[in-house]
Parts: sequence; structure tokens; C-alpha cells
Amino acid sequence: MNILVCISVVPDTTTKITFTDNNSQFNREGVQFIINPYDELALTRALEITEKSGGEVTVIHVGGVENEPSIRKALAIGAHKAIRINKNPNDAQEAASEIANYAKDKGYDMILTGRESIDYNSGQVCGLLGAMLSLPSINVVMGLDVVDGQAVLTRDIDGGRETISCGLPLVASAQKDLVEPRIPNMRGIMAARTKPLEVLEPTGESNFSAHQSYDLPEPKSAVKMISPDNAGELIRLLREEAKII
Amino acid sequence: MSASSLNVEELKAAHQGKDRFEMPDFYGIDDLLSEEHILIRNSVRDWVKRELSPVIENYAQEAAFPHHLIKGLAEIGAFGPQLPVEYGCGGLDYTAYGLIMQEIERGDSGIRSTASVQGSLVMYPIFKFGTEEQKRKFLPKLASGEMMGCFGLTEPDHGSNPAGMTTHFVEDGDDVILNGAKMWISNAPFADVAVVWAKNEEGKIKGIIVERGMEGFTTPETHNKWSLRASATGELVFDNVRVPKSNIFPEVSGLKGPLTCLNSARYGISWGALGAAMDCYDTALCYSKQRVQFGRPIAGFQLQQKKLAEMVTEITKAQLLVWRLGNLMNEGKATPAQISMAKRNNVEIALNIAREARQMLGGMGITGEFPIMRHMANLESVVTYEGTHDIHLLILGHEVTGENAFF
Ligand SMILES: Cc1cc2nc3c(=O)[nH]c(=O)nc-3n(C[C@H](O)[C@H](O)[C@H](O)COP(=O)(O)OP(=O)(O)OC[C@H]3O[C@@H](n4cnc5c(N)ncnc54)[C@H](O)[C@@H]3O)c2cc1C
Repeated sequence: MNILVCISVVPDTTTKITFTDNNSQFNREGVQFIINPYDELALTRALEITEKSGGEVTVIHVGGVENEPSIRKALAIGAHKAIRINKNPNDAQEAASEIANYAKDKGYDMILTGRESIDYNSGQVCGLLGAMLSLPSINVVMGLDVVDGQAVLTRDIDGGRETISCGLPLVASAQKDLVEPRIPNMRGIMAARTKPLEVLEPTGESNFSAHQSYDLPEPKSAVKMISPDNAGELIRLLREEAKII
Repeated sequence: MSASSLNVEELKAAHQGKDRFEMPDFYGIDDLLSEEHILIRNSVRDWVKRELSPVIENYAQEAAFPHHLIKGLAEIGAFGPQLPVEYGCGGLDYTAYGLIMQEIERGDSGIRSTASVQGSLVMYPIFKFGTEEQKRKFLPKLASGEMMGCFGLTEPDHGSNPAGMTTHFVEDGDDVILNGAKMWISNAPFADVAVVWAKNEEGKIKGIIVERGMEGFTTPETHNKWSLRASATGELVFDNVRVPKSNIFPEVSGLKGPLTCLNSARYGISWGALGAAMDCYDTALCYSKQRVQFGRPIAGFQLQQKKLAEMVTEITKAQLLVWRLGNLMNEGKATPAQISMAKRNNVEIALNIAREARQMLGGMGITGEFPIMRHMANLESVVTYEGTHDIHLLILGHEVTGENAFF
């Protein structure tokens, strides 16, 4: 079983986001970058599956050299090798077309992504890869097993849960609860020193879309205390300020 | 918080995600570290947040050692990461070792103590002074946590002055017969092996590996500590214990043996104490931004800002001190006095920061809801063991003046 895991690199969840150039550029200054948490779930599950059934896990990242520490971390967590496509993608389409070009003749049994990257949240790479590679793609899975050469996946649906079986190869995206992500241990970190990290130049198209500008949400204001015998004021604030009734 | 439960799964479920520590790095010291150093540090931090922080307060309140953490500690490289790979260790440099100690003590000094004792006071002397056979027999198991060790130097009547020790052995064929007692020994109650320093018939100090199960060897636990409550401390009592001569370190005699180990451990402590200081600072900083009195967050008051500004200044100085000391260790150039300076300084600033940070939390700082008071109490042991604060001052004084003021 050979599995390709797509990882993106995103600002740490505690980052204070700011923009420059008239709110058109994301400011990378002082920002800590991490592996997209959903992708870490996909990676951990891929490792568990190959540890049981044999095979290799390859991680692929479409991005610049500045993201190599995160790729190295994926190797330290246990991936066998890594590919970096040397291009900062503008959107999901660019990332997915690079990954599809790379993967199309490699015969992976599974291609896994996160349900979305927590920076731009487009959540499209899984579906796009399915379309580009003509493979079934199953989104937002919280359970993934391989039984008798078939994938068995579980998903949350409105008011319940569904279990799906699907032949291989397939594309699937990982959701919370799939597994507890692994923390690299010392042996893994040492082993990562000598694992291959191959850098390939991009082959796909660019500039499908472009970012125009960003807006930040209003800063959260402090809690307003209203005395229990002043319900009228509470209703006025909910209607006029919060605008929720 | 209910302190009665030591159910690990329940504690983890109840407290997961509450540790939101962010490290101060005012001078961009991360730029001085390698990519791998940062990966190691962040991995240990993630482990501490997931495995240690959710349970540690309850273990400390109950004065119980969290045995279940040993396997994870071994995996993250807490036990002898600086020793060679061929003995099952990490083969990492001293900077990595320091960062690991910093992160563990950021969680709790007691757990860092267990790691320091194992890596620097048990594994390091076996590596440095032991025979090849001793190394092969003990190091891989100590690195994996399958075996735990303790270090017996201090005696009831000889603490700061270990040269006066009375624990001793006499030869008897292929064995020696060991008598005496050690006190205040971290890990003693559960250790499988003890590296014990004792005098031979000529009165020379030798290192000897005593194994659990040897007849006449007992390890009664020391109860009612107000500090390092999540670390087990005990005595080592030797009543005519027969130990094979093959368990003696052949290569070293005199105080140089134990002092060499202490240098390695003290180096780790200087990073560890910094970790405790960072946790106190970060806790106080977050609290002060949220706690509103007189209509504004207390972080807006000058008195609180003075505390925070001074804390981050001391932390930054301490970070630079251990970063440089790490490089000196890596180059094999660090002197005992340089290590004393870092241990003494960093534990002192940590204690001061803990006390100031505690006050910033007002009444909340008194409870186990926040880690500060646990750190503060822990640091009272850290400022005492591995050479008291006074003793490190005397070492430094001796170094700069050439005059011995110990006696
Ligand atoms: C929780 C804990 C864990 C420990 N773990 C270990 C362990 O694993 N292994 C181990 O061997 N030991 C361990 N110790 C012991 C520790 O190293 C000793 O407590 C320490 O060395 C001090 O010795 P003492 O307690 O006998 O104090 P003393 O030596 O009696 O000192 C008492 C006071 O006198 C001062 N003093 C002593 N000599 C001088 C001098 N010449 N000039 C000026 N002032 C002086 C000291 O600074 C101190 O303030 C541990 C201690 C604690 C509290």
C-alpha cells in the first residue's frame, strides 16, 4: 500500500494575522508556520495503515523552500520520503494541478489530504484531485481503514454517520477525530536527517485566480455587564448593537 | 479542581488543550538555533502540552510520581539524548539536551529532575567511567526507560561537603561489602539501579552500581515534601550489601567522579529553570491582559508592567547565557565555574519570577488552577540540589579570586 499525503503549511493557530500593501498581501513577518493540522491527521493515519499492511508514505508539498522545516517534520513523524514542488500556489487549483501532474503515473493506492487548510479554508484539493486523476474522492472522513483491498470510510452526515466502502485507488480528505496526530520522537527526528526530500520544478498552469484584498474581523470588544433588572437595555443592545434579534 | 483522581485518561480529557504556553523570544534567539533544534524543542513542547500538563497538577497535589510518563519521556529523548547512538541514546548535542530540559521543566521541575538524574547522573557516569560491559548492559535499557536509575552522593551528615562521606566498602573476594546511607535521593523509591559514591579501604571515593534486589539494599521514601511533589525522593540504605567488583567504575576515583556528572546535570538545570521561569511569565502575562480591576486590564497598570518588563529582561539574559554555554559544552570548553554561573543565575531569576508572577495572579495564584505556585515550590529544591545557591557563589568566588572560601 503506497500512500501520497498532501501537506500544506499554514500560520500557527495562535498567530495574529496582519496584512500589508493596502490589505492585499499577507504579512509573514514573525509568523510561525506549522503543518496544516488536518494534513497531520491524514499523515498519521497513512502511517498507521502502512505500518499494518506494508508500503510507503510519501508527503508532497507545493510551496517554497521556506517551508522545508515543516516537510522535515513530516519526515520526522514517519513519512518515508518527501517531494516539494517549488512553487507558491495562488489557489487550490494550482496546488492540485501540480500534485495531480506528479501523482498521475506513480500508482499510489491512496492520496490523502486534509479537509481544508486552516489558512484559506478552500477545502477543494481533495475534490480537484479526484476530478483531475479520475479517481473517486471522498471528503471529510473521520474513519479510514483498508479491509480486503477496499477502503472503508466513515463520515458525519446530518444527524448521523455513514460508512462507505470504496475501491482503490482513491482520494480522501481527513477530518478531526480521524486519529490523534503523532508528535515526532527523537528517533524519528534523527531518521529524518537522511530521508530523501526531492525538489521538483512546477509543471502546471498558474494564475487561475488572484487575491484582491483581505479584511480582518472587527476586534472583539470587552464583555458588557447588564444588571438583571434591566432587561430592556439587554434587548436594545441585542437589537441595535449586536443586530441579532 | 478535584485533586483526588489520578485517572490519567480522565485527567487528559478534562484538561486537554488548556496549556496554551507561548515562549517569550524577545531577542529572536530562535535564529541562533538550527532547524533541528527547533523541531526537537517544539516536539517536546507538544508532548508536554498533551501528556504532562493535563495530569501534573493532580500528581503533585497527591505527591505521586506519574510512572506512566516514563515511556513517553524516553521517546522524546529525555534520557541521555547527548550520549552516543551506539548505546541506544540520541547522539544529539548539548544545545538539544538543554532545550529538552527547558521544555520538560516548563511543565514541571520534578519530571525534569527524573530526566536529569537518569541522563546526567546515571547514564553519563556509566558512559564516561564505566567498562564496555557496564555500558552495554545498562545504557540501552536506561535510554529506553525500561530501567530507571538514581544517583547517591548526599548523606545525612554530608551535603555541601560530599568529600566527608562515610558510606564505604571493603573487599571480599570478587565482591565488595557496602555499608552506609544516602539521603535526599531523587528516583530512589523506584530506581532499578543506583550509582553510588562510596569510599574504598584507602578512603578514596569510587563509583559503584548497586542493583535493586541486592540483599541489604533498601530505598525508603521521603514523605511530606512541599516541593518536587511529583518526583519521588528517598534514602538509599546499605546494610552489608554484597556488590560484584565488576559493578565498580574502574576509571575514576576521588570527587572528580561525582563532580563531572554534576556538571552535566547542572548544565541541564540551567536550561530547565529557564523553562519554569518562562511558564510563570507567560501565565502572568496572559492573566494580566484578561483580569480587569478598576475598569481596565491589570496589564495596563505601571506596577504590573514593571514586573513583566523585568521578567522578560531576565528571561532574555538567561536565554543568552545558556545558549552560549551550550556552544561551550558542544566544543568541550565549558568550565565548572561557567556552569555554576548559569545554574545559579537561572534558578535565582526563575524563583524571583515565580514569586512576582504569583502576586500578579492575586488569589488565583495561590491555587492549583495555575502552575505558578507549583513551580515556585519546586524551585526551592532546584536552588538547593546540585550545589546550593551559596555553594555556586563560592565556586565563582574561588574562580575569580583564586581564594578558597569553602573552609
Ligand atoms: C528534592 C531533593 C532532591 C535531591 N536529589 C538528590 C539526588 O538525587 N542525589 C543526591 O546525591 N542528592 C540529592 N539532593 C541533595 C542535595 O544535593 C543537598 O540537599 C544539597 O547538596 C545540600 O546539602 P544539605 O541539604 O546537606 O545542606 P547543607 O550542606 O547542610 O547546607 C545547609 C546550608 O548551609 C550552606 N552552606 C554549606 N556549606 C557552606 C559553606 N562552606 N559556606 C557557606 N554556606 C554553606 C548551604 O548553602 C545551605 O544554605 C536532593 C535534595 C532535594 C531537596
